[in-house]
Amino acid sequence: MDAYNLDSLNAVQTPEGIEINLRLAGIWPRSVAWMIDTIIRGVIYFVLALVVNQFGKFGTGLLLISIFIMEWFYPVLFEVLNNGVTPGKKSLGLQVVNADGTPIGWSSSMLRNILRTVDFLPLFYGVGLISMLMNDKFQRLGDLAADTLVVYRQQNTSESQIPEAPALHLPPGLNLKEQQAIITFAERSSQLSEERKEELAGILSQLKPAGGSMTADELIRLANGLAGR
Amino acid sequence: MKQSAFENKNEIFWRELESRIFPGSKRKLRSRQLTQLDQHFPEQYRRLCHHLALARSRHYSPVLVNRLEKLVTACHQMFYQRKTHILSSILLYITGGFAQSVRNEIRWVMLSAMLFFGSFLAMLITLQYEPDMVYTVLDGQQIAEMEAMYDPTQDRIGRERQSDTDFQMFGFYIFNNTSIGLRTFASGLLFGVGSVITLLFNGLVIGSVAGYLTFLGYTSSFWSFVAGHSAMELMAIVLSGAAGFKLGFAIISPGRKSRLRSLRDHAREAIYMMYGVALMFFIAAFIEAYWSSITSIAPVIKYTVGILFWILLLLYFVFAGRKRAT
Repeated sequence: MDAYNLDSLNAVQTPEGIEINLRLAGIWPRSVAWMIDTIIRGVIYFVLALVVNQFGKFGTGLLLISIFIMEWFYPVLFEVLNNGVTPGKKSLGLQVVNADGTPIGWSSSMLRNILRTVDFLPLFYGVGLISMLMNDKFQRLGDLAADTLVVYRQQNTSESQIPEAPALHLPPGLNLKEQQAIITFAERSSQLSEERKEELAGILSQLKPAGGSMTADELIRLANGLAGR
Repeated sequence: MKQSAFENKNEIFWRELESRIFPGSKRKLRSRQLTQLDQHFPEQYRRLCHHLALARSRHYSPVLVNRLEKLVTACHQMFYQRKTHILSSILLYITGGFAQSVRNEIRWVMLSAMLFFGSFLAMLITLQYEPDMVYTVLDGQQIAEMEAMYDPTQDRIGRERQSDTDFQMFGFYIFNNTSIGLRTFASGLLFGVGSVITLLFNGLVIGSVAGYLTFLGYTSSFWSFVAGHSAMELMAIVLSGAAGFKLGFAIISPGRKSRLRSLRDHAREAIYMMYGVALMFFIAAFIEAYWSSITSIAPVIKYTVGILFWILLLLYFVFAGRKRAT
């Protein structure tokens, strides 16, 4: 069982000879982030329109220039100057990076945002949606051309989310990925329903070299053991 | 080494890095400013990578491995930020880089120019003999507006304007024309079809406006208005189309590369050209709003300036940046 293939993790090799994992963002969080950015822009236009109204035709000119800049370059400015994070992406913990995990630069950002026009066709990101569904990294056409990814940002969650339970010692013969699967299960167990928890526990306990079934609680205790409690 | 010993030995080091890479809500570290990280950062980063590699190969607990992975990923992003000298690169671009990129794409520029100027001239000439053809492109209301705008018996030519209208029109030209240019470029991604359509459409519309007004005899009012910004604006449209064709052709005929690889390489060069195209649209908008609109200047002077712009622009594209390229 290979935990990596089940997940939206994308491994990238760095020049230091180690691998880092980027967690790719799917269609839904990206849509929500886009929606938030669109609303923010809408509010800014509205406020701007109220303000420039005082300045007559000069104001109209100013408004049109602002709309032009915001429509085309709002994402570019944030992505380049704010480490790949627009306000909408920030609220969902997302970030745009180059495919090798390095921060995005001017050219890539311009490209992916100008080509947004094509992704938006024929209506509400029809092309972009098809493109995202058709490749394994959820890239829309702009991402493909600019070689960029939208990933979850690394956040400092040093305190573990594993529920406290008396630790249980690990049976021998589990490799790192399998151990990680147990820990991930324990971390997410608080968000799962009882039935789903038991169902997943049934799959996980097949990992045990000795075979046999384990309950979800036992797995959480195992995770506690792994975490060194 | 036991995991606990490994952790004890390095905990302070990791803590210290974490507190700098993941700043708390209070002290916000501007992550772009690498200078704020001292000269020890590269060494610390490599050490951290080493720790992660050790932790993985020694099968330390996944909790520790995860923690180090997170830290390494964040450090990696900070370490590989690219510092660009934006002012000097803009200067290099304008004094030659842009012209070079246009010369490199001469076949797409030619194709784009043929489609655009071809449809423009075809319409312009046709309307001198068959003026009713104008209704195939423009509707009655548009024609009436256009006639009113350039009627030589009126005082103000072009769009009606007072002094503060100039800025409004400047804003409008930037908003409208540059957006059209960017869209022409982007739609080239659809196998070049989008660029063909936009180029032909714009060629036909501009050609019919010019043709019809010439037929009506509004020659000096119309041509003296458009002369000044014509070079910048029309060439910018042509170059947008050329950049679009580059995208489309990269997919249609990728050569020895994969289609995706070919698209990536060509897109990078195309966007490089589009920076200059956007700049041309801005200059065109400025000329159109502040020079073309002045009616007190004799048409002869306006024609001269217009032709001068064409010559300068063509000279720029032919000669700028040649020395550095060789």
